[in-house]
Amino acid sequence: MNEMTAIKTTLKDWESDQEVRWCPGCGDYAILKAVQRTLPELGADPAKTVFVSGIGCSSRFPYYVSSYGFHTIHGRAPAFATGLKLANPELDVWLVTGDGDGMSIGGNHTMHFLRRNINSQILLFNNEIYGLTKGQYSPTSREGTSSPTTPLGSVDRPMQPCAFALGAGARFIARGFDTSKNLGEVLKAAHAHQGAAFVEIFQNCIVYNKDRFADFTEKAVADTRQLWLKDGEPMLFNKGTQGLRLNTDHLHLEIVDVVDGDWQAVGVLVHDVKNRSIAHMLVELPMALFPVALGVIYDDPRPTYESALLGQDAVAREGKVANLAKLLAKGQTWTVQPEDQGPLSGV
Amino acid sequence: MATVLEAGANEGRSTDNTPEAVVVRFAGDSGDGMQLTGGQFTLSTALAGNDLATFPDFPAEIRAPQGTLFGVSAFQINFGSTEISTAGDQPDVLVAMNPAALKTNVGQLKAGGLIIADSGEFNKRNLEKAKYESNPLEDGSLAKWNLLAFDISKLTMESVKPFGLGNKEALRCKNMWTLGLALWMFDRPRQPLIDWLNTKFAKNKVLADANIAALNAGHAYGETAEIGGQVKKLHIEAAPQTPGLYRTITGADAISLGLIAGAQLAELPLFFGGYPITPASAILHNLAKLKEFGVTTFQAEDEIAAVASAIGASYAGSLGVTSSSGPGIALKTEAIGLAVMTELPLVIVNSQRGGPSTGLPTKTEQSDLYQAVYGRNGDTPLPVIAARSPADAFDCAIEACRLAVQFMTPVMLLTDGYIGNAAEPWKVPDPESFTPFPAKFLEENNNPDGKVLPYKRDENGVRPWIKPGTPDLMHRIGGIEKAPDTGDLDYSPATHQLQTDARKAKVDGIANHIPAQEVSQGTQSGKLALVGWGSTYGAIHQAVRRARAKGLDVSHIHIRHIWPMPANLGDLLRGYDKIIVPEMNTGQLKTVLRDQYLVDARPLNKVSGQPFTIAEIEAAIEAALA
Repeated sequence: MNEMTAIKTTLKDWESDQEVRWCPGCGDYAILKAVQRTLPELGADPAKTVFVSGIGCSSRFPYYVSSYGFHTIHGRAPAFATGLKLANPELDVWLVTGDGDGMSIGGNHTMHFLRRNINSQILLFNNEIYGLTKGQYSPTSREGTSSPTTPLGSVDRPMQPCAFALGAGARFIARGFDTSKNLGEVLKAAHAHQGAAFVEIFQNCIVYNKDRFADFTEKAVADTRQLWLKDGEPMLFNKGTQGLRLNTDHLHLEIVDVVDGDWQAVGVLVHDVKNRSIAHMLVELPMALFPVALGVIYDDPRPTYESALLGQDAVAREGKVANLAKLLAKGQTWTVQPEDQGPLSGV
Repeated sequence: MATVLEAGANEGRSTDNTPEAVVVRFAGDSGDGMQLTGGQFTLSTALAGNDLATFPDFPAEIRAPQGTLFGVSAFQINFGSTEISTAGDQPDVLVAMNPAALKTNVGQLKAGGLIIADSGEFNKRNLEKAKYESNPLEDGSLAKWNLLAFDISKLTMESVKPFGLGNKEALRCKNMWTLGLALWMFDRPRQPLIDWLNTKFAKNKVLADANIAALNAGHAYGETAEIGGQVKKLHIEAAPQTPGLYRTITGADAISLGLIAGAQLAELPLFFGGYPITPASAILHNLAKLKEFGVTTFQAEDEIAAVASAIGASYAGSLGVTSSSGPGIALKTEAIGLAVMTELPLVIVNSQRGGPSTGLPTKTEQSDLYQAVYGRNGDTPLPVIAARSPADAFDCAIEACRLAVQFMTPVMLLTDGYIGNAAEPWKVPDPESFTPFPAKFLEENNNPDGKVLPYKRDENGVRPWIKPGTPDLMHRIGGIEKAPDTGDLDYSPATHQLQTDARKAKVDGIANHIPAQEVSQGTQSGKLALVGWGSTYGAIHQAVRRARAKGLDVSHIHIRHIWPMPANLGDLLRGYDKIIVPEMNTGQLKTVLRDQYLVDARPLNKVSGQPFTIAEIEAAIEAALA
């Protein structure tokens, strides 16, 4: 996000007049509401806010937000957003993408966008499936996913978007899911981060991948299956009866039982959002064996690309006058005089 | 059907020491500094007031293996006291720095032409690499030319001896020695070269002095009696030129300057998104150095990101520009379609090279015309402009910016490797003489009774440009079909019909906002018209000039606006009995002309990676009028 004057708006101010066209029950509705509810809390100005998207179900998002919006082409939203931010760094830019758009066809742009660190929020809706093209498996689909293109089950291993983002050099990594009441807080943290803030949002595709994440998003299992991370607080779950600690012999995270709330006694880790190594371990925790790490996993800002580049350009311009006539006549020139039609002098 | 050249077909120069025009070709190993030699000779020629045209011809490999046939790099310059518009057909003088350079270039040398060869390089190893069975300098196989062979390597080594350079470094001065000889032959001043060397090697005085010594030694070699009577000092009179201030300019430089001028005339910051590709990279290099002109340059991760970032910048209110050559343009195509659909300004420069696929990266061709005019999914029209020469590329770049901004459309500017690398004298224009075309942004709601209408068209079918950040004008744009006026998502049959028609009508209508087609040489009707576009201009122009001098009824029409074409072009073409379209492709403009005007346009094609020669086109004219 950018430094800005807070504007007073309500949820209504962020709803466009367009009919929302996602399938009934789609997780996208909940994410849309969470965003529209959070924007007023951020004091965001609809005139200075731009939602940029690629192609896919998630990428219809900009049409439904009453700000500026650009629905671009498949996978390329980060590249459009880069030009947008370089041309006007004052704009508050949100990228909306999916696992197919951002990790498959647009993986290259996502990588370079994160590496460059363009100040913006990237919301990657991960539903582990291609929705708009009718249910083909995606790069995040789990092994064995049966789909029209993999009728015998997929054989390639899925990627972890957050691990990819960290590998690309992202300075902010967070996770949430569509129906979570904490999603607003995650979005706020992403917005507060100066630089490219990568947020993976697990999203339920009701038609092609129904309840794919129910094993950790359902209320009934929330305590044991969700680990909500908070900077400076111990990594506890299951009502504080379990926690994560670092096995220093084998350098991996492990679950420990906490007795009587004495987490220090068993060495439960305190979450440090600036610890990149632990962030790597958290995003790669096997879902079947561990609770899912959610919330702000990593947050350690670095100067943004646009501030560096435009700053460098400003220095290069210092003391120079843009004189087109001089530029055109640069280098060695000669003059042809009217009287002789021949060269007289080299300049 | 490319015409076969007859040996010695060239005319137009007398045999005394003041010829009208001379073609010199420097050829050597790609590491021999031939492009540098050629470039500096060009500069001294321009300073001597000659009109000139150049043709750099180099391999795709940066440092091809030494002495090999495919590693030969050549630079041709045509200069003279009359108007010059091509790099010349056949060289009068060939400077061959090794056997491979001789072998690959001597075939084109005019009968009776002069060969200057570095005999020091004609050793067994180099002869084998060039696949010579015997030494051509000694076996009489070069009898039809004048041969002047001496040990340039040794002479260079001697001239730089006092500076204590290593062998390798000393031999690097060979190109300066050769240049010194060439400058003497054509009576060119040495001082600009000496100044240039002093600047280039400002940090290494020894290298500067050694190179200057080599240059002077080459010059002195020509002047002293050491060489026989074959090398006559040739003085070319200055060509008559319109009075004014001149410089030399390459196409790549001209486009860079034209884009900067265009952005200034539009009163917009310039955003250039590019990705390295031969032969288009030079534009990105140039603009990256000109930040004070409000330029932002961005080297993207790929061609798609380059164009997408430019469109993103245009959306934000800058003038977005991207450039590439054919393969890169292919990658950008989907995004260009989005710019057509969302109706945002964008300039796309295509420095064409031989295709398909990677094709001939460093050789020239005009085979991307179909790609420019037709090469997108859907009915996706956009204006296409083609530059004819380095100097013309400047005006074309401004014109591309104008159309993009005034009509809210991507514009394709076609140039080619030949124009990009070639140099010609350029009368420096006065910026005061340009007509500004300031961009207008919508800042107040154009629909006071309701929400803003981002797709409400004006009398030219143009929608308003609205910058994100403008209060109260929030709206969404995208690649999905949209309702008129509101731009709301709408892919009903009637809407798609209406919007497709509207986008087409807007681009078609540009025909009324471009200059009428003129006949560049000849008459408004007649027996034969040669219709060309792009860099074939020079060869066609000279061929028509010669044919007309012989009394033949032939005219030359050169088309700059490829799409839409000037409104009067159809009527004009119908005034000729025959039409020939010379192109460095298999007949692309020919197809468009036939399609648009139902005229019997006949192709004259060449796709060898080399420009047309004047003689080839002249022969086609004579055959058509026989």
